[in-house]
Amino acid sequence: MAQAAAHDHHHDHTEHETSLKMLGFWIFLITDCILFGTLFATFVVLRTHTDGGPTGKELFEVPIFVAETFILLTSSFTSGLAVLAMNKGNRNALIGWLVITALLGLAFVGLEVNEFATLAHDGATISRSAFLSAFFTLVGTHGLHVSIGLLWMTGLIFQLLRRGITGVTKRKIMIISLYWHFLDAVWIFLFTVVYLMGVM
Amino acid sequence: MLENIKTFASTFFVTGDPMIYGADVSIVLVSLAALFVLTYFKKWGYVWREWITTVDHKKIGTMYFTAALLMLFRGGVDALLMRVQLAAPDMKLLHSEHYNEIFTTHGTIMILFMAMPFMFALFNWVVPLQIGARDVAFPFLNSVSFWLFFFGAMLFNLSFVIGGSPDAGWLSYPPLSENAFSHGPGQNFYIWGVQISGIGSLATGINFLVTILKMRAPGMKLMKMPMFTWSVLAACIIIIFAFPVLTISLALLFMDRFFGAHFFTIDGGGNPMMYVNLIWMWGHPEVYIVVLPAFGILSEVVSTFSKKSIFGYKSMVFAMMVISVVSYFTWVHHFFTMGAGADVNTFFAISTMAIAIPTGVKVFNWLFTMFRGRIEVSQPMLWVMGFIPCFVVGGATGVMLAVAPADYQYHNSYFLVAHFHQTLIGGVVFPYLAGLYYWWPKIFGFKLNDRLGKWAFWLWNIGFYVCFMPQYALGFMGMTRRLYTYGWDMGWAPLNMVSTVGAFLMGVGFLFQGWQIIHGILYAERSNATDSWGTGRSLEWSIPSPPPVYNFAVVPQVKGFDDWYLTKEEMKKPGYKAEKPQLESIHMPKNSGIPFVMGACWFLAGFGLTMETAFSWMIVPGVIGLIGVGLCMFARSFSYDTDYYIPVDEVKRTEASLGRVV
Ligand code: HEM
Ligand SMILES: [Cu+2]
Repeated sequence: MAQAAAHDHHHDHTEHETSLKMLGFWIFLITDCILFGTLFATFVVLRTHTDGGPTGKELFEVPIFVAETFILLTSSFTSGLAVLAMNKGNRNALIGWLVITALLGLAFVGLEVNEFATLAHDGATISRSAFLSAFFTLVGTHGLHVSIGLLWMTGLIFQLLRRGITGVTKRKIMIISLYWHFLDAVWIFLFTVVYLMGVM
Repeated sequence: MLENIKTFASTFFVTGDPMIYGADVSIVLVSLAALFVLTYFKKWGYVWREWITTVDHKKIGTMYFTAALLMLFRGGVDALLMRVQLAAPDMKLLHSEHYNEIFTTHGTIMILFMAMPFMFALFNWVVPLQIGARDVAFPFLNSVSFWLFFFGAMLFNLSFVIGGSPDAGWLSYPPLSENAFSHGPGQNFYIWGVQISGIGSLATGINFLVTILKMRAPGMKLMKMPMFTWSVLAACIIIIFAFPVLTISLALLFMDRFFGAHFFTIDGGGNPMMYVNLIWMWGHPEVYIVVLPAFGILSEVVSTFSKKSIFGYKSMVFAMMVISVVSYFTWVHHFFTMGAGADVNTFFAISTMAIAIPTGVKVFNWLFTMFRGRIEVSQPMLWVMGFIPCFVVGGATGVMLAVAPADYQYHNSYFLVAHFHQTLIGGVVFPYLAGLYYWWPKIFGFKLNDRLGKWAFWLWNIGFYVCFMPQYALGFMGMTRRLYTYGWDMGWAPLNMVSTVGAFLMGVGFLFQGWQIIHGILYAERSNATDSWGTGRSLEWSIPSPPPVYNFAVVPQVKGFDDWYLTKEEMKKPGYKAEKPQLESIHMPKNSGIPFVMGACWFLAGFGLTMETAFSWMIVPGVIGLIGVGLCMFARSFSYDTDYYIPVDEVKRTEASLGRVV
């Protein structure tokens, strides 16, 4: 009897903590939205300030940023599948989908690093013009978010291997998938405002 | 070899000024003394277990308060140095560059490293107790926030003796703050010190918002929350919307300085006005972040000592919410004169004046609360009385500044200096001090000495008017801000001398407060009494002082607004019988050393990236620090053993030792 009560107590506690942490994370995402919003505003103001240097039209390569977009959108989808597998209680499928998501994320970051390196090689560096400063900073901040997400996700995969699906790991996976979808949404804006409007 | 060391030392350390050598010596001596005392009395374990690793919101509050007090001292010494330099024409105490450094560090320290932590101290001490919670929503994050603030502040202060202080003003406007005009590490200290502590503040905003939304005791509807908690809620909302903008402004400035980017430079297509807009989009809301909790404190103190419920509760809440929104649409009033055009200026002039309306509503509500109340002029109440006239004058001169065409006259004059000190000291520092005196017995179990307190109060208040009233006049006479010296022919000498005398009166007032605290620690009479003032109204007055770690042995069931007052009324009824509390084991977070280590890693990262300007190899500690931050996060993610239960027996024992029936 006392045992059962203690058990309930623990259970309530985990649920309470999950609801706290989810709300906290949503608010964190709001702050991250404002962070990106500020970077977007800066970019929009400075996008014409090329100081005689190259413009977006000359620099951006359509196949590359379209490929990046597909890869990231797919990874968002696979992270959704991971959560579905988790809700079914299937740990191996969950880990599998997370690994695929992480690999896609890695491919995205790889393409972006490559893009940056090519640009810099062609003399379009961050210090060339205000436009390029804003471009590298905005896109780079998104890339940094994705990279941090990758490290975090890798850590979670190890925790799943050790502990399986519990109240706590479940919460952690919910949170990272929220984060991943958020980065996807930010990318859609990047894709539109930076790349599409840039090449148009 | 020796030559090399010498050149290194003269770039690394700030040299050439006897005052700074004095500071070097005293810093080393104080540090050695602290190390010695801790070692001699074998207190390392105690300090580590009870303070450095603590996640208890009350202790974190105490640490914030201690840091704020130290920073008030440092910022105050800066202020006095400036006032001495300006006391008479052609003073030779500070040369121009040094004066620039001092007003920069003074402004930054006072707002970010004094007002903010003082405010967070009060958040931490009071909010969980007022809403019937056992801790904040994220105790670990709370400790991270503190250590980020602390190490950010230390990094900023280090610039005094290492590398050189920033000198581009408390908001670091480019192009002054760009590489081209400020090559040394000073400006980087500003960027990293403020950035690191700013991340901590953002986390605190999230933490307390979730705490207030989710951790209230059952029965406490939003419209039953105490006013202070409401004001914290409003401040947290502003923090959440404003601080990311600060993060970005500083990050972009850093990109300019570190990677040669062109956000705010004059060349390369950069736009310095972009920074000015961004920083004020944070900077103006920031002043409301610090002033709204002050309003909350005033409401609590006024109603407790008038022995009445606050007048116009709903209008108070509404006014606060309006202020938190409108505060976002006023930022341009800081640069009316910079060529935005008449339409833009008109919009921002009107929005600025609009803020005066809800603020006025609040002042009238406090007055109506006092009206016909049985007012008791206790120490906290004294400061409220000091606040009201001061804030009314500050508000009026604010409206004068908001008249855009007139601002072409006052812009950056001493009139402005007088105005913002009137609102910051009268509207923020005085109410925070009221809050300090009010909640002090709750947190420490003793009251601060009355006589010393009265001395402090009168010195501060008289000093205040003596110091700042002449400055309004000086502004009209053409004296501009950030001016390091002037000649006899200007005719400003007498008023400046008066102003300096006032500044020293305030300084003496501060010393009385230091004395008051030491006196209290040594001699004050302790008491566990729950309701220290006898007229407390909200939940924090229903538990022992100081409260046990878990605050509430049993989570209260809230009946209504001013719940403790309702309970007391209940208790007065004949036949009242206290219910026997149903104790359960209490779930608590475990202490952790990670936040401290993480803060130290941030410090290392910030220091490395700052000094990299002078020594390129400093990038190494910088990167190591950043990796350390990442490792700390990993360590936390992998730790599952983060909480424990306090068994019923122990709760019983603790409660009994506090004189409670269980
Ligand atoms: C205690 C008495 C204080 C005195 C005597 C004092 C004095 C001064 C002086 C002489 C200046 C430089 C004015 C100039 O040359 O432009 C200054 C600037 C400033 N003070 Fe204070 N101050 C005091 C308290 C405070 C407090 C409590 C705060 C904030 C909470 C504060 C915030 C500032 C700011 C933001 C600046 C502008 C710095 C800049 O120009 O970048 N001061 N103060
Ligand atoms: Cu403003």
